[in-house]
Amino acid sequence: MTEFFLGVGIGLCFLVFLCLYRGVFGPTVLNRLAGISAIGTKTLTILLLMGFVYDRVDMFMDISMVYAILNFIGTLAVAKYLETKGEV
Amino acid sequence: MFLKILSISFILAGFFFFTTATLGLLRFPDFYSRLHATGKGDTLAVLLSLIGLAIYHGFSLTSFKIIFIAVFYFMAQPTATHAIARAALRCGVKPWAKGEKRR
Repeated sequence: MTEFFLGVGIGLCFLVFLCLYRGVFGPTVLNRLAGISAIGTKTLTILLLMGFVYDRVDMFMDISMVYAILNFIGTLAVAKYLETKGEV
Repeated sequence: MFLKILSISFILAGFFFFTTATLGLLRFPDFYSRLHATGKGDTLAVLLSLIGLAIYHGFSLTSFKIIFIAVFYFMAQPTATHAIARAALRCGVKPWAKGEKRR
């Protein structure tokens, strides 16, 4: 079962690099923001999977929860800033 | 054994939706359609993966907290997506129409 979790984690890391393309080369700030938000989502799942691999789920789960909240707040703050600024 | 197979199938379904969301983020022609792909696909993928992990761990406080993360994300991610889309609309980003160039 550990090998299965490790394999899913490695596949998710590959998907993170695909999302990083949109984060680096995205035409505007908004595309970059969408890419970074998707990377945060995948990181949350990778953290939980690593918790199952190392058999320390009770610790990694709290880190994952904090990561979810920080990703949400950060995306919301940047979106609000761009909205009040009025241009991309 | 049955619970193990159930959790593996949930996690694989989550991985499938992660892959489709990433392909949509890379391949779609403009900003709103990319946001549509990643906003919905990632939310469903996180929900499926975390339910699979909670089933694998069994009934305890840890799996309850994992379900709590899934429920929180199910409310938070659509809100963040809505905020980004509203910022783009207020900034004057026009939606893509058929026949235009990719943006």
